Amino acid sequence: MNHQASLQLTASGSNYSIRQKIGLALIGVGTLTLFVTFLGEGTISPVITLGISLAGFLLGSGILFSRLFHQPPGVNNNGVWFSGVTARGMMGWILGIVLTGFYIILYWAPSNFEQLVRSTDSLSMLIRGEPSNQWFLYGFFYTLAVLVMGARMLIKYRDNRYQILRTISVMFFQLGFAFLIPQLLVLLNQPEFYFSYFWPLKYDYLWPSTFSSLSGPGLGIFLLFWTSVMTVIATPILTYFYGKRWYCSWVCGCGGLAETAGDPFRHLSDKSVKAWKIERWMVHSVLVFVIVTTLMLWGNQWLGGGLLGGMSQVFSQWYGFFIGLIFAGVIGVGFYPIMGSRVWCRFGCPMAAVLGLLQKYFSRFRITTNGGQCISCGNCSTYCEMGIDVRWYAQRGQNIIRASCVGCGMCAAVCPRGVLRLENAPIKARYNGPILIHHDDVSVQLNDTWRESRPLMPSVQEDLPILTDKDL
Amino acid sequence: MARHIVIIGNGITGITAARFIRKLSSDRITVVSSETDHFYARTALMYIYMGHMRYRETKPYEDYFWSRNKIELVRGYASQIDTEAKAVRIADGNDIAYDALLLATGSQSNKFGWPGQDLRGVQGLYGMQDLALMERNTQGITRGVIVGGGLIGIEMAEMLHTRHIPVTFLVREKSYMEYLLPKEESAQINQEILDHGIDLRLETELKSILGPEGSVEAVETNQDERIRCEFVGLTAGVHPNIDLAKTSGIQTNKGIVVNEFFETNVPNVYAAGDCAEFNADGIGGRRIEQLWYTGRAHGKTVAHTLCGQRTPYRRGIFFNSAKFFTMEYQTYGDVLPQPEAHVQSQVFQRGRKLLRVNSDRESGRVLGLNALGLRLRQDQCEAWIRSGASVQEVLKSLGKKARFDAEFYSNAIYREAAQA
Repeated sequence: MNHQASLQLTASGSNYSIRQKIGLALIGVGTLTLFVTFLGEGTISPVITLGISLAGFLLGSGILFSRLFHQPPGVNNNGVWFSGVTARGMMGWILGIVLTGFYIILYWAPSNFEQLVRSTDSLSMLIRGEPSNQWFLYGFFYTLAVLVMGARMLIKYRDNRYQILRTISVMFFQLGFAFLIPQLLVLLNQPEFYFSYFWPLKYDYLWPSTFSSLSGPGLGIFLLFWTSVMTVIATPILTYFYGKRWYCSWVCGCGGLAETAGDPFRHLSDKSVKAWKIERWMVHSVLVFVIVTTLMLWGNQWLGGGLLGGMSQVFSQWYGFFIGLIFAGVIGVGFYPIMGSRVWCRFGCPMAAVLGLLQKYFSRFRITTNGGQCISCGNCSTYCEMGIDVRWYAQRGQNIIRASCVGCGMCAAVCPRGVLRLENAPIKARYNGPILIHHDDVSVQLNDTWRESRPLMPSVQEDLPILTDKDL
Repeated sequence: MARHIVIIGNGITGITAARFIRKLSSDRITVVSSETDHFYARTALMYIYMGHMRYRETKPYEDYFWSRNKIELVRGYASQIDTEAKAVRIADGNDIAYDALLLATGSQSNKFGWPGQDLRGVQGLYGMQDLALMERNTQGITRGVIVGGGLIGIEMAEMLHTRHIPVTFLVREKSYMEYLLPKEESAQINQEILDHGIDLRLETELKSILGPEGSVEAVETNQDERIRCEFVGLTAGVHPNIDLAKTSGIQTNKGIVVNEFFETNVPNVYAAGDCAEFNADGIGGRRIEQLWYTGRAHGKTVAHTLCGQRTPYRRGIFFNSAKFFTMEYQTYGDVLPQPEAHVQSQVFQRGRKLLRVNSDRESGRVLGLNALGLRLRQDQCEAWIRSGASVQEVLKSLGKKARFDAEFYSNAIYREAAQA
């Protein structure tokens, strides 16, 4: 439609204030000096250039974020679809290419990062008593991104306690459990172990190779105990009580980055039924892949290499390469500005798949719809990073129970009518939602002519089994 | 044999009717709209302008939904109904024959004959075309003036505010929406408007709009003040869109006159939603109901009648909600701006939050609730009002049973209510 096109071309919001210009300039300086660090031949100490770069980024983003303080508290997504960065404009594509390129260099040509790596040597020596390498550099950048963008979240959602606590939680787990503790373990001559990652996300934690390497003296046995108990016992119990969110949007590092650095891109996830279908096939295929690989490795171990020869090794290498590297890293983060912040979590993460199955069938968690209050505006669906068409349920007065929901709570936060609430409550009547709104209202009989054969596809008939007055 | 049911208007009423007719029958359904190709949420117009969503995000159903469910969509302007031949004339198109016709033509913005109301840069906000016009009218302007202290007015003020356009907001009443809200609620929203830097002018009316060159340049108020601006939003309410019915011999008053079954005076012609006017009191909350929620309820009810399950409309327990800038508002049951003599009104305020519980002085039965900055459970509030629960019980268990705020939110205001 014509007027739609005219709306898209709106150029408003391009008038930057002095404060914004200073912030952007500082980020520009940060970017430039990062390049100098990256390309420099050591004429200037990389520690100094990185220091300047980080100072530029921190100060610049601090000034940009402080703008949020000048607005009254309350969810504010003004101009999200007008900005090139957040609406797949040129800046968005450039950012996507830079991020993707960063991962490609990190994995396949890390020597290009030599200067950058060296610039973090002193920090690395301090924390873990060893010179830095590309993985330390990566962990450092990653943690910094979670902390800086986490601070932005804390300002943006400062009147929403759920968002505040959740953001502090992911910042804490990233800094402590995914960065400092593993490095301190190295300092103490212990295995570099991540207490906040479990099989099947950290797929090799239940592989025989990990068991043999950890079964030596020291902390090893405790670590094996921890990872096994967390995977087999704690995960189902916690998911039963709180849903998938206890992990995906409160603890996990991938989730942590998505919920902080990814927040400006959450609306870019595809909400179509087609995307949902692809998601279900993909994420469960990855889960099958990692289970088969794990079983094969153990079978092979059991039979002393007798199972299918070297097949299990090939499987594990392929899994590590395609899923662990390409999917989780390159696509998962590199595509933030194009496909939204949860591409990996939604389409690839086997941990999310397991938690999703538990959440759908064995959990007290649901998003409750508040009677007939929905005005179908679409904010909830738009800002769902997992691509759930929340409105589809809300406008029918139906509770939302979806395997993929990570419980970030943003649908409830952006709802202008107070329609949605994340709840842990008894499983009974979980799917039905609250009782009827108008008892004197009419009910609808099923007409077989229009019954649909495929329950996945939204159709009016799909309303029927749960149709109540709430559906108004 | 399958009949052909034609619906004029693809807003919430027409579309809800279409969906329920499809659930109930195998009849052929055609929905005619001159506004958009597909159903979108009118409630989300402001969010498109503010950049929260694009047009496509405001469509509650994917485009394939309609053909999949055999609901035919026609983009065109219905200009005339031949009730004898049972056909609708589409401007620049073919006639569409019907067996049953539902008029769901919605509302139009009010204009009260202000001098200059047709100048360039002066407009209301009701549909997609208005939004496109507003987009054009507000490019590069230095000030907008909004006239009319209703919900659309405050929404338009917020829209301009997000584009960093200074706004002057003319409100006729002494306090924002005091004709609907008790004074504490109204005062709190006044403050919310001011906190957003809006130039709020209470007790101020528009006298005329000035624009010697054909475009608006200033407005003049009844205080004889002249305010320079390049945009004027006229938001002094809406009235039923009855043009089509009027020219086709269907009985109209303010709206298209219908009975409790949404039947007009012409056989096989029905009207529902904003455009309809009930022919007796007590069917709806008012004779003309212009809310999203009532439009949806009308659509669902008339679908049953159209499908042979003749069903009268009953409003049920009133509820409504709104958002004033960042301030959410919900209301249940009867809460009048001035409580009647027999009504006890208890109000609790804490920061930006407000909770009001109205009850009958004699019996102590709860009559209605208001909430600002809080979220309450609709089913619980309705159950209390329907069963006539005692106000003591309601106050005591509000925090436990009716709270719908996000987790970890402060429950101080509910504790305060429980101790009252």
